[in-house]
Amino acid sequence: MTDCYKPRDECGLSSAIKDAATAKMPLVVRGAGSKSAMGRPLGGYAMSLTTERMRGVSLYEPTELVIGALPGTPVSEIDRMLAKHNQMLPFEPMDHRVLFGTSAEPTIGGIVAGNVSGPRRIAVGACRDSLIGVRLVTGRGDVVKSGGRVMKNVTGLDLVKLNCGAWGTLGVLSEVIFKVLPKPARSLSVGLGGMNDTTAIAALTAALGSSFAVSAAAHIPASIGSDSTTIVRLEGSDGSVAYGARELAKLWRSFGRAELIEGDESANLWLRVRDAHWLAQPMDRSIWRLSLAPSKAPHVLADIRQKLGVRYFFDWGGGLVWLAVVDADDAGASVVREAMANTGGHATLVRASSEMRHRIDVFEPLPPAVLKLTQEIKKCFDPDRVLNFGRMYAGI
Amino acid sequence: MEMPPLDPAILARRSDIVAALRAIVPGEGVIDDLDGMRPYECDALSAYRQMPMVVVLPETAAQVAAILRYCQDNKVKVVPRGGGTSLSGGSMPIGDGILLAMGKFNRVLEIDYANRCARVQPGVTNLGVTKAVEHEGFYYAPDPSSQIACSIGGNVAENSGGVHCLKYGLTTNNLLGIEMVLMNGEIVRLGGKHLDAGGYDLLGLMTGSEGLLGVVTEVTVRLLRKPSTARAVLLGFPTEAGAADCVAAVIASGIIPGGMEMMDKDATKCAEAYVGAGYPLDAEGLLIVELDGPPVEVDYLVERVADIAKGRGATTIRVSHDEQERVLFWAGRKAAFPAVGQISPDYMCLDGSVPRGKLVEVLAEMRRLSKQYGLRVVNVFHAGDGNLHPLILFDANDPDELRRCEELGADILRLCVRVGGVLTGEHGVGIEKRDLMGVQFTEIDLDQQMRVKCAFDPDHLLNPGKVFPQLRRCAELGRLVVTQNRLPFPDIPRF
Repeated sequence: MTDCYKPRDECGLSSAIKDAATAKMPLVVRGAGSKSAMGRPLGGYAMSLTTERMRGVSLYEPTELVIGALPGTPVSEIDRMLAKHNQMLPFEPMDHRVLFGTSAEPTIGGIVAGNVSGPRRIAVGACRDSLIGVRLVTGRGDVVKSGGRVMKNVTGLDLVKLNCGAWGTLGVLSEVIFKVLPKPARSLSVGLGGMNDTTAIAALTAALGSSFAVSAAAHIPASIGSDSTTIVRLEGSDGSVAYGARELAKLWRSFGRAELIEGDESANLWLRVRDAHWLAQPMDRSIWRLSLAPSKAPHVLADIRQKLGVRYFFDWGGGLVWLAVVDADDAGASVVREAMANTGGHATLVRASSEMRHRIDVFEPLPPAVLKLTQEIKKCFDPDRVLNFGRMYAGI
Repeated sequence: MEMPPLDPAILARRSDIVAALRAIVPGEGVIDDLDGMRPYECDALSAYRQMPMVVVLPETAAQVAAILRYCQDNKVKVVPRGGGTSLSGGSMPIGDGILLAMGKFNRVLEIDYANRCARVQPGVTNLGVTKAVEHEGFYYAPDPSSQIACSIGGNVAENSGGVHCLKYGLTTNNLLGIEMVLMNGEIVRLGGKHLDAGGYDLLGLMTGSEGLLGVVTEVTVRLLRKPSTARAVLLGFPTEAGAADCVAAVIASGIIPGGMEMMDKDATKCAEAYVGAGYPLDAEGLLIVELDGPPVEVDYLVERVADIAKGRGATTIRVSHDEQERVLFWAGRKAAFPAVGQISPDYMCLDGSVPRGKLVEVLAEMRRLSKQYGLRVVNVFHAGDGNLHPLILFDANDPDELRRCEELGADILRLCVRVGGVLTGEHGVGIEKRDLMGVQFTEIDLDQQMRVKCAFDPDHLLNPGKVFPQLRRCAELGRLVVTQNRLPFPDIPRF
């Protein structure tokens, strides 16, 4: 068991990091630890730092659609508070506990650190798009703010986005502020059965190219369930959802007979898409997350399936592929990365043994010029390399 | 406005520099005569003018790379310029620097409907993107008022907004990828046609970086399907506070309009005289609320917004009946700046952003300041997202008016920060708000931003004198790293 800093506030956080920087002692930075098994393994560090004691909503103005919280605040607490005013975090963050079999509740700081989003990402943007302000403590122990609590803000360099998805390698968040949205009055799904990947992505593309209030689009191939399901979620006012469902059924006529899925059945289906539920078991399988242009997804999958036993499904209208590798001694890395090579997209090894994550690039290897920028940016935030050093890339 | 002092050593080498640029960009791509350079001496912040040392108009990314590499090697400063419509002086030239004008990068390279994106060169105008795809029912959502002239590359540099960003986001929320050239001449691609690029969000960092980090040579934007219906509602209120309350009430009710704009009485009068949009001239506060979506949804929302407005004492409620009328409602708003230009020799346009709930308070305080300084302030703003555009009327030929105008502007922006807002919502810091950065940021905040700048441009050659109130040498910023009395770069003189 490593020793752990557990600061209660920004001041304590800053002095803990200053201590570590002075001693040149790298820290494992985490929230509640629900995603600790993601990224390159950080074994061998003597000290860790958790933000889980920095809890609470720091700002919530429902009429302004803005909420701020300390990093250790459980996402569920924020969801509950927003729900009281019929509002929500727009980007529908995934809950990694399903994949990692962890129990500690994900914190909002962890969500931001991983830029964690869900199915609604295609309609309203990612975590980084809803995040409008941060306070953070750099590897120097400096308290730095960027962004703010207003909707529009272009003052200075955008360190908000830079830190969203940096996995705590640049700074440790001490406050995060989001713009939020009203919950849609109605949500339902429209589904098609029996389609292969290529036709399914074509159907989703048609839906996403429409103006029917589509908030999510996924395809679960037959290999996952008994039959394939191609689904689109519509959200909005009663009128617009009803209209969208009707029009979408027409638009999809050439693909098959569209079926409505409502209520809990629809909600549960999207929870499963969000959390990659179908791939969670068995726990020893490596899991990849591929982000690519939707039109390329069926081809890439066909390519991978020729060489590798996989279970998979598509979210984001085909732009996001979740992939569980049945058996491969490199977690399928060579096949997956080769198949992705000419797509312009990227592949992340979300779940694998720590031995595998040590051996294989977890995040997509960066082109030399980007790697150099990444190194320089790391250096300017965390010159003593104390924050999650090596979690994303070796030497970063 | 103080700019970094001119470097006589660079000026002495002007003819060498021009010759080197001619070797990179042949033909008419290098302009070094005064008449030819005149159109580039300012951007839309025309109160400040400066002739560049030389203007270069490259046509390929390889030429941009060669120019920047040359500038890096020879320590020559560079100011990138797109459409030249910056309202904050973001592309104002510097006397001992090259003006890198990207106007020849004007082609739409690829339209990919299946992946709902378009790949364009940075000199394509904002409206040009929509024009290229509207026949298929698609559009590019961010729509700054200058969209006829402003370039996509400039939009990336400034993270431009527009009247529709309330619902559809700013440039940063509608970009998928860019190709850019670094100061050392390296060409880098960030993102692509997929979402959420791997690694650090350098695309997010680049967006709104005001030409300080790199030069954008290609942009991939997200396309959206045009909503099937859009209707605009004109709402007139007997008080500004009534209009501002209505804005807050609409948002609080869970409606996110496609756009929600406000004009005060003076702005309304000017706009009406300029385009004849049929605005009510008795209203102290005028709102234009646009609702979009399927017809059933729009009908429903129009009714709800009208109800809310009635409850807030609206004296005018008019709903556009057809597309022509909707466009007319907007025409006045979109022409508000030039319309105000008709009643005053000059005006300065501010861009503060405040929490929506503070609109009433800020408007009242602005009136007070306006009286105090003896200068008229006309208000046009993106009320839905709390982004103010107060226009201060003045006469630039009167030095005292210019001075008072600058002071009043600074006071208004300080007011914005004081109520929880920021200096600039969408126009950028540039030179205009540079010296006010300390109002919003601590020195530590600014130092960290400058360190990031140094990671891209260690010699401060790209767009120097913009955004940061005082430039510190990158090595100097590094000094703060020092623990244990170990100085990095011991050979560099300290100041």
